[in-house]
Amino acid sequence: MIPFDFEYYKPTTAAEAGETYQHLQEQGKTVMYYNGGTEFITLARVNQITADAIIDLKGIPEVRALELQGDLLVIGCSVTLNQIAESPYFPLLAQTVKGIADHTSRNKITIGGNLGSRLAYREGVLPLLLTDCKVKVAGGRSGERVVPLTQVFEKQLNLEPGEFLLQILIDQQYLNLPFVHLKKTKHSKVDYPLVSVAALVKDKAIRMAFSGICEYPFRLGEIEEVVNNTTFARKEQLKQVVAKLPAAIVDDLQGSAGYREFVFRNVLRETIDALEWAQK
Amino acid sequence: MISNGKSKTVIELHVNGDSHEVTVRSGDTLLDTLREQLGLSGAKRACENGDCGACTVLADGKPIHSCLSLAIEASDQSLMTIEGLMGSPIQQVFVNKWAIQCGFCTPGFILNCHALATEHPNASDEVIEEWMSSNLCRCTGYQEIREAVQSVVRASGNG
Repeated sequence: MIPFDFEYYKPTTAAEAGETYQHLQEQGKTVMYYNGGTEFITLARVNQITADAIIDLKGIPEVRALELQGDLLVIGCSVTLNQIAESPYFPLLAQTVKGIADHTSRNKITIGGNLGSRLAYREGVLPLLLTDCKVKVAGGRSGERVVPLTQVFEKQLNLEPGEFLLQILIDQQYLNLPFVHLKKTKHSKVDYPLVSVAALVKDKAIRMAFSGICEYPFRLGEIEEVVNNTTFARKEQLKQVVAKLPAAIVDDLQGSAGYREFVFRNVLRETIDALEWAQK
Repeated sequence: MISNGKSKTVIELHVNGDSHEVTVRSGDTLLDTLREQLGLSGAKRACENGDCGACTVLADGKPIHSCLSLAIEASDQSLMTIEGLMGSPIQQVFVNKWAIQCGFCTPGFILNCHALATEHPNASDEVIEEWMSSNLCRCTGYQEIREAVQSVVRASGNG
């Protein structure tokens, strides 16, 4: 049971959702958009989050899209992780989200919720960072806009007040490239990652994005330059990649920094080994 | 607006083939509402964090943690609780295989198994493990549960 009450809205259009948000905010209320709701309920139950009103986005048809439209794969923000995992369109994304939480939870967790999560991992974004994809954002004062994902996602989802993620738009040319996804956890399969990596090969170059190793998910050009420099011996590549990590290696109860680095090096080696054929 | 956050709201829940009018707070979880308003106590309150699977129910045929769903968002779904499988063959398989022990986790396992057998009648052991890892048994009776689930899935595949 959530110990506080809140207004509950379920609009049927993106415009209505945005208008509702603006209207409530003008009344000085704390408003949140709501997709799967697993994180909201978990945190609200223990008073770590509060809201005067929530706007459930699942009544908007666009947020439930999961289909090819011309040259684009369109994924609505309320599509569940299991719907993506069971769909044939983007195998790397399917495999990556299949590693998030447990099967039953994935019937509720949505891709939009995963990208906007307060937890550091946000693994669903890793394949997306590799595809130069765009996102359709709605709810803001300027209406709907389509922007590159990297414009609104750096370390975390950074939207303007009142905005929400409506859809993810991925160019079809990225969907069936050679790929690897590896996730290493400390104990069981269902756990947060020590290290999670998504990688694919485009135009003979490996692209990689990581979660777990630092306190936010990232893709870094400098790391890919090292990985794609075939004049380096593998040992030298691994050393240089570790030196180019964008932040300190996470050091917590799940894994010390030293242990995470050890796991990271092994994951990196395994990923490059698995994809180097496609670089030639 | 469906709920104004001040007074309770009347919603309709569709559970085990019947429709029920219930009066809920916006912050009431589906688990609370099933247990306390409809008297359907088969879904168990345990971790309330989506970790243990004891509160599993089916929403439109898919297993969900009812502790991580608001009652108010479930009003347009077809829900099934363990009471909807009373006397079913799957219940008997769990008894025959001794996949029960203290029984607290059993409703969650049976509902998850029912959804699995319906959706994947020829599920591999890998798929069975993926689905069943959503549920915990603190008696650690996993071997018997695995055998029961495999038996149910094989029977559904042959049917």
